[in-house]
Amino acid sequence: MFLINCPYCGERDQSEFSAGGEAHIVRPKQPTELSDDQWAEFLFMRKNIKGIQFERWNHAHGCRKWFNIVRDTRNDKIHAVYKMGEKPPIK
Amino acid sequence: MNKNLRITNNKFIDQTSRISFKFDGKTLYGFKGDTLASALLANNIHLVGRSFKYHRPRGIMACGSEEPNAIVQVGNDASMTEPNTRATEIELYEGLEASSQNCWPSVNFDIGAINNFFSPLIPAAFYYKTFMWPANFWKLYEYFIRKSAGLGKSPTKPDKDIYDHRYLHCDVLIVGGGISGIIAAKTAAKNNLNTVLIDDKNILGGTTLFQENECFKINNSYSNEWLKKEIETLNSLKNLTIKTRTSVAAYHSYNYILARENLTDHLDLNEKKDKIRQRLWKIRAKKVIIATGAIERPLIFNNNDRPGIILSSSIKKYIDYYGVKCGQKISLFTNNDSAYETAISLSNSGVSVNSVVDIRDKTNSLIVKQAEKLGIKIHWKSTVVNTNGYKRINSIEIMKLSDDSSAVVGKKIKEECDCLGMSGGWTPRVHLFTQSGGKLKFREEDNVFLPDKSNLEQISIGSCNGDFELYEVIKNSASSTNKFLNVKNIDYENLEIISSKEMDKKNIWLLPSDKPLGKTKPFLDFQNDSTANDVKLALREGFKSIEHVKRYTTTGMATDQGKLSNMHALGIISETAGVKMGELGTTTFRPPYTPLTFGTIVGRNVGEFFDIIRKTPIHDWHLENKAEFENVGQWKRAWYYPKENESMYDAVQRESKAARDSAGILDASTLGKIDIQGTDASEFLNRVYTNAWSKLEIGKCRYGLMLNEDGMVYDDGVTARLSENHYIMTTTTGGAANVMTKLEDYLQTEWPELDVYLTSVTDHYATISVCGPNSKKIVSKVIPDLDLSDSNFPHMSFKNAKIDKIKCRVMRISFTGEHSYEINIQSSYGKSVWEKCFEAGKEFNITPYGTEAMHLLRAEKGFIIAGQDTDGTITPVDLQMNWIISKKKYDFIGKRSLYRSDTIREDRKQLVGILTEDPKEVLEEGAQIVADTNKKPIEMLGHITSSYFSPNLKKSIALAVVKNGKKLKGKKMFVPMENKTINITITDTIFLDKENKRLNA
Repeated sequence: MFLINCPYCGERDQSEFSAGGEAHIVRPKQPTELSDDQWAEFLFMRKNIKGIQFERWNHAHGCRKWFNIVRDTRNDKIHAVYKMGEKPPIK
Repeated sequence: MNKNLRITNNKFIDQTSRISFKFDGKTLYGFKGDTLASALLANNIHLVGRSFKYHRPRGIMACGSEEPNAIVQVGNDASMTEPNTRATEIELYEGLEASSQNCWPSVNFDIGAINNFFSPLIPAAFYYKTFMWPANFWKLYEYFIRKSAGLGKSPTKPDKDIYDHRYLHCDVLIVGGGISGIIAAKTAAKNNLNTVLIDDKNILGGTTLFQENECFKINNSYSNEWLKKEIETLNSLKNLTIKTRTSVAAYHSYNYILARENLTDHLDLNEKKDKIRQRLWKIRAKKVIIATGAIERPLIFNNNDRPGIILSSSIKKYIDYYGVKCGQKISLFTNNDSAYETAISLSNSGVSVNSVVDIRDKTNSLIVKQAEKLGIKIHWKSTVVNTNGYKRINSIEIMKLSDDSSAVVGKKIKEECDCLGMSGGWTPRVHLFTQSGGKLKFREEDNVFLPDKSNLEQISIGSCNGDFELYEVIKNSASSTNKFLNVKNIDYENLEIISSKEMDKKNIWLLPSDKPLGKTKPFLDFQNDSTANDVKLALREGFKSIEHVKRYTTTGMATDQGKLSNMHALGIISETAGVKMGELGTTTFRPPYTPLTFGTIVGRNVGEFFDIIRKTPIHDWHLENKAEFENVGQWKRAWYYPKENESMYDAVQRESKAARDSAGILDASTLGKIDIQGTDASEFLNRVYTNAWSKLEIGKCRYGLMLNEDGMVYDDGVTARLSENHYIMTTTTGGAANVMTKLEDYLQTEWPELDVYLTSVTDHYATISVCGPNSKKIVSKVIPDLDLSDSNFPHMSFKNAKIDKIKCRVMRISFTGEHSYEINIQSSYGKSVWEKCFEAGKEFNITPYGTEAMHLLRAEKGFIIAGQDTDGTITPVDLQMNWIISKKKYDFIGKRSLYRSDTIREDRKQLVGILTEDPKEVLEEGAQIVADTNKKPIEMLGHITSSYFSPNLKKSIALAVVKNGKKLKGKKMFVPMENKTINITITDTIFLDKENKRLNA
């Protein structure tokens, strides 16, 4: 059970949040110009990293804001939390 | 029988307050402060249960949560009885009733014990191997196996007790109130840290509490006296919360800890009533100090499971703490110094100790010398090769160990005894540490796994960290705590500590016997009845992984999770397989540490509090009018309104007919409503719906279909344009929250440039739908000022109006295909407007209809229900709703996916209508559709998604998804059922009023 530091509300229990999968997958601006393979890459392909992973989370039972976190999947340590549109503070 | 097994000078048991209790139907007596186990032992009762597989007689072995044998059924009330509770943890109370488990007809005469004589025929995995064949016989086998194997009995009625959940936040949490936990708690609290100290026993102090021995002294007083003063100072510390009778069940990441507090389990039966029984604490601690101590190991030798064979430290606790003699003639068997503490305690209390059998060659430690001084006989370099006595041990057989300790030599000595204490060394309780994700390391010299690396703010101190000597415990606990909390506490720096240092260590996982291994019964896991032989067999059969051996032999899989057995199993595997223990690793310790009651887990979330119940503002009217309710998400929706003894089928038929014949009224308040505002609202709708929105006139409504990015139908509903930049969207009842989340997601992450604001207004409005040919007349009576002419108020438009002085919005939209109006009004007026409509409609036989009739009516029109006719694999093209997919729009959610190679396949499952050859035959939803019943295996082409008998068409109708269905119209097919095959024809999805004449009727 994580403690997540919502960038808008502060530290809250994980039960207030919902996970939204891998972060930094930008929806293509011109989907119609993509081949099936390119579209499938956007639509279906997700990483499953053992180590540092960038994730989307939503403070579903709080401010309802989406934001990103950097989490190490080996030990669940959250290294950084940052707002949508911001660059990840860790590479 | 009633020998005097109590000693009189005891500080912990109040021998003036006698308590009566029942065990296996017999009334017995104990004292306040006893556990069930200590009271039974005081009554000279050792035999308390039968083992799982061989039904061997078993007795109390331990004195705490590690107890494998003495698990009993408490209470006989059908709603309050509790199985598998450890007699060693049940505090005695007036009125306690407990009974043995896993025996029939009684613990003294158990028919299942015949398994013991057949035991050579019941090796590891016997059940897996034997009952796998023939496969269809399993049903028969299972019946008998379950009958003979089950542990306790579950309650059959709902639990009447009250349970509770609470949160707790602290700077430092200390788990374990023994000497090291007390040192840590005092250090933390004195340094102004908000500290919580938890212990599973009823009082603090651990084993030092009753350690009154010359060999363990602090500042010239007995260690128990010193500790008593420490505990007294704890009680005066302001920052410290002490929770006794509280057991940590789980230690999760981020120092999230679940602990169960027993509030009434120790109270007399008549005092328990109306009080909270157990409370689950949900604890977040900034720092955690684990001080959970260590568990004494048994020794693994032939027939080491007889009643009367007890861990030596437990015998010590029974005599020193409870004042109970476990026997009159006690022998001890050990590989370390701990047993000598027991010997001295027994001797001091006047119990004769036959001898100590020690596998070591000789040691000269302080405590051994003291035991020798007391005249206690020691068999050095010897082992117990066998024990005798069926329901209670009556003698042991001792032999000398060979020089390499691999065999026994010399003459066998028989020694009579009524109790044997055994000590195989100590296992640190690292369960919580590993639960939290910590990694263990192995210490070769005394064969223990110790806490190593952790990612959390935590430390382990005391014997759970491998410090077993008093001196080390105090020094290291104090210094580790200081360092961990970054404080300076000098209370423990200048203590003068005398502690007996163990010089020699020796360990033999499986002790040799004079008999060959196959002829002995050296038990590892006492509760699950697995022996060292079973583990060796598993290795011979090719199992290598410790996790596999565990499951194959069930070692460590009983309710005690192998607290006593795991280390020996690992040791024997390590020895037999020639792998170092450190490399072998351990099995995974999983929460809960000790079993939790379901009541504690669910807390208050039972009955009506199990889940949130959402009711519409008109709910009371539905109740008054005897509606049956259907759960839709968290909503209670009126399902149908049976009149007198009407069946559901009849009620739905009547309601559906009335709605088309004259007038129906439906509570549609549960539909999701999202208020959308902003200068880009139209553009936003363009992007989220498949159809175009920019040209929708103010005052008009439009049906929209929402897809997922994969092109599959997600939700649908009608959206109205209130003004240039203001819309109100309706969603399905069940989909409302998800749609809201999805739209917010796109707005916040993909399209932050759009000026759009979403607000959920589902609960703000009551929605009353009046439909049928007379709906216009009814609404005109309710809102006389509103011009309801088709020219002023056409289908798919809305009007702002007033009912009396209250503003409302009336939409002319229809989910039934009838002329209909939806009145949206502030929730608080919902019921009164509903009643007004009902009153006005009485002359037209206005009929309230529920969700079932609504589903039937829309099916007659071929309208889909997202989630019933679609299942996340259906595109709008599959639904034959190409008309709703805008060709002009550059993009919308899911558009690109509509022409992926998979979504443009012609033979996808497509929505069709189904008519049965026999118009009275109603198909089952979910039934499969086939074209050829002779072909084997039968090819399933699709399935029925909605099916009803239509009272308006007087025939059975259905919707289905069928492979290539679009092109199969008119084709005859089959629905094979269990005992018949139904002939069907594929049709169009619209069964009634294809021309939509009724909308304007």
